[in-house]
Amino acid sequence: MTVVPEAKTLRRTPLHALHCERGARMTAFAGYEMPIQYPLGVLKEHLHTREAAGLFDVSHMGQITLRPAAGELSALASALERLVPVDVLGLAPGRERYALFTNAQGGIIDDLIIGHRNDHFLLIVNASRTEVDWKHLRTNLAQVCRLENNADRALLAVQGPAAQSVLTRLAAPVAGLRFMDVGEFELARIPCVVSRSGYTGEDGFEISVPAERAEKLARALLQHPEIALVGLGARDSLRTEAGLCLYGADIDEASTPVEAGLEWAIQKVRRPGGGRAGNFLGADRILDELDCGPRRRRVGLRPQGRVPVRNGALLFASHSDRDPIGVVTSGLYGPTVGAPVAMGYVAPAHALPGSQLVAEVRSQRVLVEVTTLPFVAHRYRR
Amino acid sequence: MLRFTDEHEWLRIEGDLATVGITPYAQEQLGDIVFVELPARGRRLEKGVTAAVVESVKAASDVYSPVSGEVIEINETLVGEPGLINSDAMDKGWFFKIRLANPSDLDGMMDEAAYKAKVG
Repeated sequence: MTVVPEAKTLRRTPLHALHCERGARMTAFAGYEMPIQYPLGVLKEHLHTREAAGLFDVSHMGQITLRPAAGELSALASALERLVPVDVLGLAPGRERYALFTNAQGGIIDDLIIGHRNDHFLLIVNASRTEVDWKHLRTNLAQVCRLENNADRALLAVQGPAAQSVLTRLAAPVAGLRFMDVGEFELARIPCVVSRSGYTGEDGFEISVPAERAEKLARALLQHPEIALVGLGARDSLRTEAGLCLYGADIDEASTPVEAGLEWAIQKVRRPGGGRAGNFLGADRILDELDCGPRRRRVGLRPQGRVPVRNGALLFASHSDRDPIGVVTSGLYGPTVGAPVAMGYVAPAHALPGSQLVAEVRSQRVLVEVTTLPFVAHRYRR
Repeated sequence: MLRFTDEHEWLRIEGDLATVGITPYAQEQLGDIVFVELPARGRRLEKGVTAAVVESVKAASDVYSPVSGEVIEINETLVGEPGLINSDAMDKGWFFKIRLANPSDLDGMMDEAAYKAKVG
């Protein structure tokens, strides 16, 4: 078997020393040296997050601040609505919303969170897309806003049923946050921006913290026995069980929000008949797909055996068919499900839950059943 | 007689039979193993071909046959309990037994001391 060599010349997060001290195995991810797992291992890290709470270093993600160049935030919100099929003007202060940057063809440039921070917007974007997003924002919004990249801030996530209990011991008022609320709190005497959100399907928090204080905050959190460090390996299995998209795997510039099953992110006001319908990049195609249906559809897939069916596996309508009707975009063993789980795109005729398909794994054919998502129910505190 | 390959496999050799597994170092690198695909009994393997596949939560990895020969027994227990490869790589985590076609395939493999020196 082949052992992959360690990557070099990568950026490090402010928690790098802590990861090494805790015995993390580091890997290259989106230009950063990131912990893939700690000595606990991916399986136990995953299960610990679902049973207690996991602490994730997600400092590689981009944190972009948009401030109005002049005047009101609403003018900036209107301009931002040209780039996302999302209701930004209707976002209340202290609230945040899932969004998608679309391109002129309706493809997805990135998925992100837009937070209304009273006098500015805070955007959390994918690490692998930060530069692309930055250029996109500069090109389209330079007239109406000032962009700040917040390279001096780290991002920690605390996820799991014990997250609230632990965080309230550091700052009681965070208990007042509901899912997708965001605000400023002092944790371990460090001023932080805390949101009730995450990428695991569990209740939890994401904490933006000044880089030089991040390690102190992480150590304060790790004082609590409910908290274990969790790496990117378990982050991937947790988000897959939760049916959440990974940019670059499940969504990209060639997939549209409707194909990806993300039309829930397009509020009524941006749809035909709404007060601010369309008028975003790629609106023609996306609104047409809302009306007439997409050419392909992202679905959940449950392989019937024990073999994990992974990204890139082709899907067929039957054992004897030669022409694929779809492809797997994410797939792994789901530790909480206790079986392999996957997601992929299939032709609409095969997208109904209960459809039986066949996946090709190492030239063998494995039965898979189309299912609804998520595989593990979300436990957000709404 | 115990031998080790550069690909982090071990072979326990008794006469013309070799029991094959992956080393504790290899399982450590892979992480939690959740699935294993073993060669069919009776299959004739050429040295260097993919003999088995192990899957961790994150990725699939090939295990290459370190020697040529016929598979005469496989460790069926691993199918239901792939975690044995993590917990007992050198004993209960064995993959398959193979009848050596060319005993010279073993030439140049490492003994335990040499392998330990290699992985540190």
